[in-house]
Amino acid sequence: MNLPAVLSIYKFEMLRFFRTILQSFISPVVSTSLYFVVFGAAIGSRIDQVEGVSYGAFIVPGLVMLSVMTQAISNASFAIYFPKFIGTIYELLSAPVNFLEIVLGYVGAAATKALFIGVVILGTSALFVDLEVQHPGAMLAFLVLTCVSFALLGFIIGIWAKSFEQLQLVPLLIVTPLVFLGGSFYSISMLPPAWQTVAYFNPVVYLVSGFRWSFFGIADVPIAVSLAAIAGFTAICMIAIWWIFKTGWRIRS
Amino acid sequence: MPMVDIRDVRKQYDDGFEALKGVSLAIEEGEILALLGPNGAGKTTLISAICGITRITGGSIAVGGHDVIADYRAARRLVGLVPQEINLEPFQKVADAVRFSRGLFGKRGDEALVERILRRLSLWDKRDSKVIELSGGMKRRVLIAKALAHEPRVLFLDEPTAGVDVELRRDMWETVRELQRDGVTIILTTHYIEEAEAMADRVGVINKGEILLVEDKASLMARMGQKELTVDLVDPIETLPEALSDYDLRLTGDGTQIVYSYDTRAERTGIGRLMGMLAQSGCNVRDVHTAQNSLEDIFVGLVGDQKKEAAA
Ligand SMILES: Nc1ncnc2c1ncn2[C@@H]1O[C@H](COP(=O)(O)OP(=O)(O)O)[C@@H](O)[C@H]1O
Ligand SMILES: [Mg+2]
Repeated sequence: MNLPAVLSIYKFEMLRFFRTILQSFISPVVSTSLYFVVFGAAIGSRIDQVEGVSYGAFIVPGLVMLSVMTQAISNASFAIYFPKFIGTIYELLSAPVNFLEIVLGYVGAAATKALFIGVVILGTSALFVDLEVQHPGAMLAFLVLTCVSFALLGFIIGIWAKSFEQLQLVPLLIVTPLVFLGGSFYSISMLPPAWQTVAYFNPVVYLVSGFRWSFFGIADVPIAVSLAAIAGFTAICMIAIWWIFKTGWRIRS
Repeated sequence: MPMVDIRDVRKQYDDGFEALKGVSLAIEEGEILALLGPNGAGKTTLISAICGITRITGGSIAVGGHDVIADYRAARRLVGLVPQEINLEPFQKVADAVRFSRGLFGKRGDEALVERILRRLSLWDKRDSKVIELSGGMKRRVLIAKALAHEPRVLFLDEPTAGVDVELRRDMWETVRELQRDGVTIILTTHYIEEAEAMADRVGVINKGEILLVEDKASLMARMGQKELTVDLVDPIETLPEALSDYDLRLTGDGTQIVYSYDTRAERTGIGRLMGMLAQSGCNVRDVHTAQNSLEDIFVGLVGDQKKEAAA
């Protein structure tokens, strides 16, 4: 294991984050507050409670998930796309590192940043609503797993992308809709039956459901299924990255 | 055992283009080898193949006895690469860039070493500057500093002085010689013959993905020491005069030109005696001129032969 390499990559990526730490802190605070003003006040005044939980509190897990997923993807995809774009990837390719070390460095940093933002959103939310966390261990596990798995997905997108447009296309056209339709702001049981069936094909549903369960003990799908889904998703991403480095797809000519 | 052992290496790019057509080359420990070749010859492709940036489609490469694919970690630890393009993180500080490279190659931090490298490359004053604030020449030095950060045994410099001013070029040559004194094996590519002459112990000529020649610079220089004296005659002659039989002469231009090859560094070139004997033999000399074989001539000759072969 080339530990110094992992640490070098991780440190380099985190340095970029710390340079803009204020921005990284303020923007989720502001956006979360806006969500509470819009959803909590406007919609929440009509929907009183969802499955026994106040609407304001009900949307917190979804809100955290939404940000964490998009942040993990954009951080990781940019982190590996940029060296490709400016040509510094030559150093990574010529260094005595294997795919696991590269992934640990880049994905580790992207996941850390996403986790930071997730925690900031949770903290901000606690200012607006009463938050109870019934299963803190599970909550942390879901949060970390989501950060990691979506950072892995972002890493793949960054390697796949050949332009900045493509880099933004996948998150915009696929991930954001999946997250919004994934029950972040409502319970799947509130959908018409046909749409409920469709929803179960959306992997985000399982994450949000599991995460929400760790807060309120209520879930759209069994908790074990949620865990299996996220573990499976992480494994698929890892296998894809292993294959990418084995074949040199889009990185080694 | 050669430090870098390249055996029948082929590289075909995805578009079907064959950039390396069976290259074999053994680079000895501690030497400076210049790879000389025109643009598109395959120099960068060869270096990329050795460093693991490009996958080869045939043959094998070993560095320090380690296969660059099967035993890539051990091979890559020995190798430093200064790429042709200035590829640097724009907002990274100079010293951080060097530290990053060292870590990436698996070495623990060593501030004293970082300082030594930065001082050697006259970058110490710029250690806290961001890369983007540096001039082009300074950026190139940063690339070298990064390549040296993990104390490589073999250093590849891909056209290190392309587009670099004279002063920096001299500096760079000096640095390369110092590194050689430390025992580092150095391979540099260039399309400047002057550079190969100034720097190398051996010169390899590459064109169209093939190595045309690898030779000690000294013997190349000896070949370059050869000069040709051409004597234009007023009246054409059928055969060379008997009296000149101990000279190595050629009769050309339908008998109007006598060509004499001689070594400029020999004690006596024999030119004076030749001219005297020509006069005695009754040959009227109209004009004389001389031409020198430069590395350039040798190079152009080699590349020209290859073209003729391709056409045939
Ligand atoms: N990624 C690539 N795909 C296809 N052809 C390439 C690629 N990279 C280089 N080439 C071709 O391979 C040949 C050798 O290129 P290169 O090794 O860069 O030459 P040099 O460094 O000697 O100028 C050139 O004809 C170039 O166009
Ligand atoms: Mg080149």
